[in-house]
Parts: sequence; structure tokens; C-alpha cells
Amino acid sequence: MLAYIIRRVLQSLLVLLVVGLVAFSMFRFVGDPIDNMLGQERTVADIERLRDQLGLDDPFVVQYWNFLEGAVQGNFGISYRQGRPVAEIIADRAPATLELAAVSGILALGFGIGLGIFTAIRRNGFSANLIMTLSLVGVSLPTFLIGILLIYIFSVELGWLPSFGRGETTQIGGWSTSFLTESGLKALILPAITLGLYQMTLIMRLVRSEMLEVLRQDYIRFARARGLREKSVNFRHALKNTLVPVITVTGLQLGSIIAFAIITETVFQWPGVGLLFINAIQFVDIPVMAAYLMLISVMFVGINLIVDLLYFAIDPRLRIDGRH
Amino acid sequence: MSAEPVLSVRDLVVEIPTRGGLLRPVDRVSYDIGAGEILGVVGESGAGKSMTGNAVIGLLDRPARITSGEIWLNGERIDQLSMRELRKRRGKQIGMVFQDPLTSLNPLIPIGQQLTETIREHLPVTAAEARQRAIRSLEEVGIPAAAERIDSYPFEFSGGMRQRVVIALALCAEPSLVIADEPTTALDVSVQAQIIALLKRLCRERGTAVMLVTHDMGVIAETADRVAVMYAGRLAELGPVREVLTEPHHPYTSGLMGSTPLASKGQPRLHQIPGSMPRLGALPDGCAFNPRCPKAQDKCRQNPEPRIGPADPRAACWFPLGETA
Repeated sequence: MLAYIIRRVLQSLLVLLVVGLVAFSMFRFVGDPIDNMLGQERTVADIERLRDQLGLDDPFVVQYWNFLEGAVQGNFGISYRQGRPVAEIIADRAPATLELAAVSGILALGFGIGLGIFTAIRRNGFSANLIMTLSLVGVSLPTFLIGILLIYIFSVELGWLPSFGRGETTQIGGWSTSFLTESGLKALILPAITLGLYQMTLIMRLVRSEMLEVLRQDYIRFARARGLREKSVNFRHALKNTLVPVITVTGLQLGSIIAFAIITETVFQWPGVGLLFINAIQFVDIPVMAAYLMLISVMFVGINLIVDLLYFAIDPRLRIDGRH
Repeated sequence: MSAEPVLSVRDLVVEIPTRGGLLRPVDRVSYDIGAGEILGVVGESGAGKSMTGNAVIGLLDRPARITSGEIWLNGERIDQLSMRELRKRRGKQIGMVFQDPLTSLNPLIPIGQQLTETIREHLPVTAAEARQRAIRSLEEVGIPAAAERIDSYPFEFSGGMRQRVVIALALCAEPSLVIADEPTTALDVSVQAQIIALLKRLCRERGTAVMLVTHDMGVIAETADRVAVMYAGRLAELGPVREVLTEPHHPYTSGLMGSTPLASKGQPRLHQIPGSMPRLGALPDGCAFNPRCPKAQDKCRQNPEPRIGPADPRAACWFPLGETA
């Protein structure tokens, strides 16, 4: 087991290195940061000096190496735009994105699994069919459209919820949270739904189809033939067997909730790392982009590792295979 | 047979509504099983054997349903009970053994937990007592080192061992009736005999009534006390196993026996019954067997076969073999 984890962590490191390499090879196509950094009255000498200072003339492999050298020491460089350390900027912004992603993830998981089970058990019921039909909306509408629709209905027409920002936040240590104020919680509702809706419908449809498959199995019949309660048959015997594929997909989806928060954050002007990244692209703020991409890949890789470990927790057959 | 039968099925009809009309996979079937008795139910695939068993335990897959007839278990009528009441009797009064031990155990739950959950569902015992009972029932079905293996997962057992676990599960709440649906079909030949012997021994010891559904005449000959032969959803012949097998009254049973390697020793080729069992949607008029029957006469083509009763207490036939031959 420990050997497996170590092996996986090493593999993950390799993945991270490759992601960074690909990212750095592409930064030169985004534009020239110098244009934005120096004002109108720049001289060629200024440009040359700055370019040399930032190492922009080096081959991208060398730039990447310099970035890595700094990164392993916890130094992600200085933002071209804000002139502050990137680590500090991201640490400022991360709580907003992480809180949003956590709430969306919990919404998506809770409702996704719950509704999935419900629609599978009441396969032919009216409400189950209604939910299934409505879920097509969640799968087919693009995120930004859902966001705009929600803003139109709940902010513009009804005026119940704010259409942008985080509301008031409270500082706890270095972490700014919007969980503790009413306006913060209110501001969280629409973005969280927008971000989580697609994942929720996806998880729900997956749970439903897996559950229907499992309910046809002999061991479910046998569980019934032994006189077990429906509750026990559905939630103990059936649900557990649907979890392995569900966890795989859910793990990847949770990663993408954080990664694709970019769109939701743009629609709601949510002050998180996604919005930071969009602004960084416009300004060709290479240190910020590099740090953001690395952060996202760390999360993806980390979640994947957790998912693989969860398999072991759920399916005893894998534990045995691991020993050989 | 002893005083009151454990299971008594009267004129049971199971119907499946389809677009092409109403199908009757089980058509007016009646039989009794007494305590400690093993009734073998034989027939071809689709003859309604398993469907009868599923109807008794109340696990028919929709849209199949019981449309008429009665099922009595220990003096209580159970075919009209609510799902909830029926559930309480499943496992406790009726146990069921399925065909494939590889798929009938939940792969993600240790066998001990599957046993204790069943025991605790039906008997008022504590978790520790349930565990003791589970170990004892694993010992009874011949699982070596039961106390150590109780926390193992199903995939850690061989097919034969898993079927023993399945039997332990079916019997752990001491039901008075066990329905064994092809319990050995998925097993190695070498293991089949052990499993059958085990089932037989346990039921003898406890006086459990057994409905043994199979298409294996050899298993029936070795195990059953009485045998019910089914054809196209109907009961063709019902009687003590020795008599039915050695001296069948129904032409179908006779044909079936002729087609069994066991009974036709020495013949160069196995006998075949011409034709095949009709589909349920296309049953012939008169006796269901008449197009394939060597003795069919006009009467057989015009009138439905007689019920097992006055004409022949054993076979549903107008011209039973015992008398005309």
C-alpha cells in the first residue's frame, strides 16, 4: 500500500513537470508582456533592459528551469502587473475560489447522488421522469448561460440575490471567508448553483444508470429473497456497488469544478483565482499564469490520487490485487 | 404425507401482459410439499419452473404477476399479502438458493455481514449472538475454519464454497421452506454432488420442505421424494420419484426419460422428442403437448388436457401410458 502511494506520488510529480513544460512552451504565443509594462515613453534600451531582467529572451526551457528553481523554494516570482509576489496574490484569492468550489462540489455530490438514487428507485414515477427531463437542461446549457439566466431571474427581476462579488467577508487568520456574513452567504448561492449544476446533473445521471444496472444483479435479488428491508437493499447493497464508477467521474469533476470556476467567476465577477487568471492572460502576466496552472494541476493530480485510494477503501478485491 | 403440508399451491396462474396478448408462463399449477420433503420440479427452459418458485416467494419481475390461484404457507395464505408482510416472511419462512453462486453474493460485503444482517432482520438477537449463529451456520454447511473466514469477502471463496455460503444464507433464519432454483447448474460436476448432498442433509435434519427446481434428471433421481414435471407452464405429471421415473404415465415424461443419458444406457443414440416446446404466445389448441405426442388423438387436439385428478392421479393426459400400454 505504502509502496503504491509512493509510486503514485512520483508519477504525479512527473505529470506536474510535463504540464509545466507544456505551459511554458505556450506562454510566448500569448503576447509580449513588455508592451503592457512600460508606458508610452519607453526607449528601446528600456525594453531590452527589462526583457533581459525578466529573462524573456531565454529559451522557454531555461525560463521553465528558472521558474522551477524558484518554485521549489516557494518563490513563484513577482507579478508583472501588480508588482507583488505571486504566492501572496494567489493566497489572497484562493479562499474565494476554494469556498465556491467546495459549496458547488457539495451541492453537486449531495443532490447528484440523492436524485440519482431517487430516479433509479422510482424508475417510472412521474417526479423521477420530470427530474430526468429537467436534468437535460443542466447537461446541455453552457455554464455562462445558466449564470446569466440565474442573474436575470434572481437578481434583476426578483432582486433577491446579488449578481456579483462575494459580499462581506470575514478574516480568519490569512483566510477570508464569506460563510459568516449574511451577504456573503447570499452572494455564494447563484455562483455555486451555476458552477455545480452541470456536475450535479452529470453525477445524477451516472448514479442513476449505475444503480439501475446494479439493481438487476443477482445479489440484489438474493438480498430481497432473504427478506432484507428495501432501505437496506437499496442503500447498503446497491449503492455501495455503484460507488466505484461514480467516484472516478466525481473525482475528475471536482477537479474541473476548481479549474472551470474561471467562467463562473467571470460571469459573477467573483474575486477568485479564476478571475485572476483571466486578467493575467490579458496582461500576459506570465508568473501568475504559470503559478495558477501549476496549482490547478496539483489539485487534479491530488484528487486523482485520493480517488485511487478510495477505490481501495470501497472494493476489497483491489486490496488483494495490490498485495501480489 | 404428514398432516399439513408446509407449502400448498392451488391452481396458480402467473400472467405476463405483452403487446401480443396475455402470456401464461404458469398455468393452473397445484402441488403440496410436506415438512422434510423434497419436491423436484423439472422441465425444459421456459416451462415455468423458476417462475413458479419466484411466484411463491413473491419475487416475480414485473409485469409478470399472479392472477389467480392460492399459495398457502404453514396454513397461512400468502399470495395476497402486502409486499411488506411478504418481505417479513422471506428469509424467515421461505429461503431461496439461486443458480449462480458467483453472482448471488454481494461482492463488496464480507460474508459474515451478509449472514448477520439476515439473521438480525428476522431473529431478535444481539450482534454478538448473530455472529455466533453465523459462524455456526457456516460450520454446518461445511466451510472449514468458519470463525476465521467469516470476515472474508465472497471473491476469496471458490464457486462450490460460495454456494455453501449461499445455502447458509438461505437457511440461517431457519425457514420451513427452501426454494432451490437450479442450485448446481453453475457448478463443477465434481462439486454438484456435494452441494446436493449438503442441501438434502440439512433439510432432512431440520424438517425443511424443499422445492428443487432443476432440469437435471440425475439430481432429481438422487434427491427428490416426489417430482413435478412441467411443460409449457402446466403440470404434466406429479408423483413419487421412483414411479414417475421408472414408469411414467405422461408421454412427455416418458420422452424426457428416453432423452436422459442415465435412463437410456446402452442405446447408440439418445432419443429425441420431435419438435420443440411451443412458445407461450403460440400454444396449440387442446393439450399443449399434442403436436409432439406420439399418442395424440382427436380428443387431445380438441380438449385441453385433463387436470391431474380422477382420470389419472399422476399425469395430465387423456391417454396415460400406464393404462393404454
